[in-house]
Amino acid sequence: MSHAAVAHHTSTGLDSRKIAFWTFIGSECLLFGSLIATYLVYQGRSVSGPTTHEILNIPLTSLSTFDLLMSSLCMVLALAAVQRGDRVWARVWLGMTAFLGAIFLGFQVYEFQHFVHEGLGFTTNLFGSTFFTLTGFHGAHVFVGVLWLLTLLARSFQGKLGPEKALNVEIAGLYWHFVDVVWIVIFTVVYLIQTTPLPTA
Amino acid sequence: MSEQSDVQHTTEAHASTRTYLIIAAVLTVITIVEVGVFYLPALHGVLPPTLLILSAAKFFLVVGFYMHLRYDHNLFRAVFILPLAIATAVIVGLLFLFRVF
Amino acid sequence: MATTAMPHSETAVPTAPAGLWSWVTTTDHKRIGILYGVTAFFFFLVGGLEALVIRLQLGAPGNTLVSAEFYNQLFTMHGTTMVFLAIMPLSAAFFNFIIPLQIGARDVAFPRLNAFSYWVFLLGGLFMNASFFVGPLLGSDALSVAPNGGWFGYANLTSTQYSPGPNIDFWVLGLQILGIASLAAGFNFITTIINLRAPGMKLMRMPVFTWMSFVTQFLIVTAFPVITIGLVFLMFDRVFGTNFYRVSAGGDVLLWQHLFWLFGHPEVYILILPAMGIVSEVLPTFSRKPLFGYAVVVYSGVLIGVVGWGVWAHHMFSTGLGPIADSVFSASTMLIAVPTGVKIFNWIATMWGGRITFAAPMLFAIGFISLFVIGGLSGVMHSSPPADLQQTDTYFVVAHFHYVLFGGAIFGLFAGMYYWWPKIFGHTLREGLGKLHFWLMFIGMNLTFFPMHFSGLLGMPRRIYTYGPELGVDTFNLISTVGALLTGVALLVFLANVIASRRGAAPGANPWNAPTLEWATDSPPPVYNFSVIPTVHAANPLWGKDRMDPAVLPATPPAPIHVPGGSIWPLCTALGIIIMAIGAVMHHHVALSLGTALFGAAVTVVGIYKWAFEPFEV
Repeated sequence: MSHAAVAHHTSTGLDSRKIAFWTFIGSECLLFGSLIATYLVYQGRSVSGPTTHEILNIPLTSLSTFDLLMSSLCMVLALAAVQRGDRVWARVWLGMTAFLGAIFLGFQVYEFQHFVHEGLGFTTNLFGSTFFTLTGFHGAHVFVGVLWLLTLLARSFQGKLGPEKALNVEIAGLYWHFVDVVWIVIFTVVYLIQTTPLPTA
Repeated sequence: MSEQSDVQHTTEAHASTRTYLIIAAVLTVITIVEVGVFYLPALHGVLPPTLLILSAAKFFLVVGFYMHLRYDHNLFRAVFILPLAIATAVIVGLLFLFRVF
Repeated sequence: MATTAMPHSETAVPTAPAGLWSWVTTTDHKRIGILYGVTAFFFFLVGGLEALVIRLQLGAPGNTLVSAEFYNQLFTMHGTTMVFLAIMPLSAAFFNFIIPLQIGARDVAFPRLNAFSYWVFLLGGLFMNASFFVGPLLGSDALSVAPNGGWFGYANLTSTQYSPGPNIDFWVLGLQILGIASLAAGFNFITTIINLRAPGMKLMRMPVFTWMSFVTQFLIVTAFPVITIGLVFLMFDRVFGTNFYRVSAGGDVLLWQHLFWLFGHPEVYILILPAMGIVSEVLPTFSRKPLFGYAVVVYSGVLIGVVGWGVWAHHMFSTGLGPIADSVFSASTMLIAVPTGVKIFNWIATMWGGRITFAAPMLFAIGFISLFVIGGLSGVMHSSPPADLQQTDTYFVVAHFHYVLFGGAIFGLFAGMYYWWPKIFGHTLREGLGKLHFWLMFIGMNLTFFPMHFSGLLGMPRRIYTYGPELGVDTFNLISTVGALLTGVALLVFLANVIASRRGAAPGANPWNAPTLEWATDSPPPVYNFSVIPTVHAANPLWGKDRMDPAVLPATPPAPIHVPGGSIWPLCTALGIIIMAIGAVMHHHVALSLGTALFGAAVTVVGIYKWAFEPFEV
């Protein structure tokens, strides 16, 4: 089928997909906001079982946080490479981002099974339920992101990720950075600020 | 198509690779400081506000530079900030309603 | 190379494809709008039937028409159906058909995502209603395991301890599915309205219906994630035994109420704003006068949307929030009456001094105003916590929300149906039957719900399947039941109208001489909407000294127009999601459940990838 290049009028001069994706990110703020609010509201109310002080591993999580931050760096470098048509480095940086994402997931899997081993399960207490749900939702988002990046990587190897496809990579990047940003909040609120002030009697 | 194509690409300011690397270094440093605050008992009195400010800095650095919001059209900023504001208000509201403070 | 289901058109004058498959794979906003409308109207009738049975049961004290258990299912499904399967998708029918035409676009920003939203809605509605018939398949003695915890599903009634069957699982999963449909449509319409307006169609020249729908979409994309999480917590509690609403573990059942109403209150504005938008189109047209205070009406709609986020706990005045919270939410609730009132004055001012034609759409629009005001007054009465302590959980509240949702939203939607019917179907609904429908429905609605103000204040609680004569509400209930039956008759009149009007005369492009862009196209519009995308110079483009010359839109397009073909992948992806839900609802049979869910996930993933890599140009 032959087409003349279809140039679509837009009211803003901006790509519709980017507008839609930022709107999606906006709604994700409410999704994670509700999860974080619940976590904070239930902080310190577990009736039994391990809680933050006894079980969170700050050194390990600091490493995984650093890992995710570096993956964001790789992501912007990947986008830059795609934009300038640099196939080799596009693949390197996309691959690195996905790899670092997978490492993050590895850290999480280790952490989860270690916690279960130490007596903190999904249903053990309020902390278990809120912690695993919040970080689990985040981890699921990372997982989807890794799949997305690997798909882009495959497309690159098929020669289908030239500069004209840069927006696809940019949008994947927006997703990836947002997932990183949510982790920034989680790391601070869950791991570092471990207890909110106790309610007055 | 009969209508004109007016997909204008305004020449956007753009962060360079060097900027991205500097941001990455800053993010790393902030993280180290955050963990440091956590481990220094002397600072525990100001731990929550300090950490919130530091993580907010990281948040805005990633959103502004890596997600390019600093350079992008206002529209994207609006479409993100409004729900973010609602989410923040919801979190704060629920904290008050559940008597966390 | 992936193939499209329908070849897209390259000829100078594309026409709409025919045949069932073209409907199954359609990505045309006009067809999707019709699909939404038909499906939603079907569910509206189902919800109405549930209401009739409720009213028959309550028509006399000590009645035994239905059991208490089935009654619980009836009012739960009535509410859930009317909110999620009737009003919202009826609004969506108009979003779909009308918005692209009103802004001068050829379609929405993401046509396949649009189709996806419809299929998910249809399948989600069928999934939830299947619960009426699949009890034996899920180990129940009863045929029906329909949701029975109220449309608001309060914890911990919805826990496995107090709701051991699959009823609540159907509810949770059904709502999650419907949420996906709404969210997808939200992203689609926000982008469409921002980005696909015709040249010169500035935001403050857009029709009010498009504006109110725009605000509605923002409410959808911000509010639905909150209930998604609340429902996730409920599902996890039920399936895995987590502690979100488990009091013995330190959980708080009020968390559910907060999360639900954080969604629930924006939801009621989601339900009413589109109808307000419709009324804002109909009144000017039939008063032959532009809307009074266009900008103020728009800003009021935006303000309602924003402030609507700050009132949720007025649904919780009886839960012991404390005096500060009570006061804050009472104040915000009273405040939100202001922009609403402003709109009402603007509507009245629109009619004032106009040359009014009392055609059917206009009757419904005026009916909306009067009935919504009554509902708004009882709403303001609720805003005072001490007063609300008497009103809450009684029929006084039932009266309030039916006045705003039936007298308001439904009447507004009927106004839209009568108004836009000629544009959508190429013939007008019959005027005589339309007037009969209106009056029967107006009288029926008032007969049904006005007595509830009294029975409520006399202490008749909500959600009771029967009552004793000593309560003194027999007569009120009987009147309500008669009113409900009359309303049913009114709906039959409407259906008769739909059938009888099919062979009506062609109405031409603008039978009402209305001012907005959709009336510049044929009735029904060609598949490409506009032969030439018009340039707009003012609001109300078809009115005024500088009105658009019809010759600007030639009968035949002067240049080839690309019309995208259809796609099967939105439906495929939607099917995958439903299969996952079916797997999840069987969670007691672990292996079968897991297998089905994984199969559904695979279908979903395949659907997504095929969709992503299919060549498709808008």
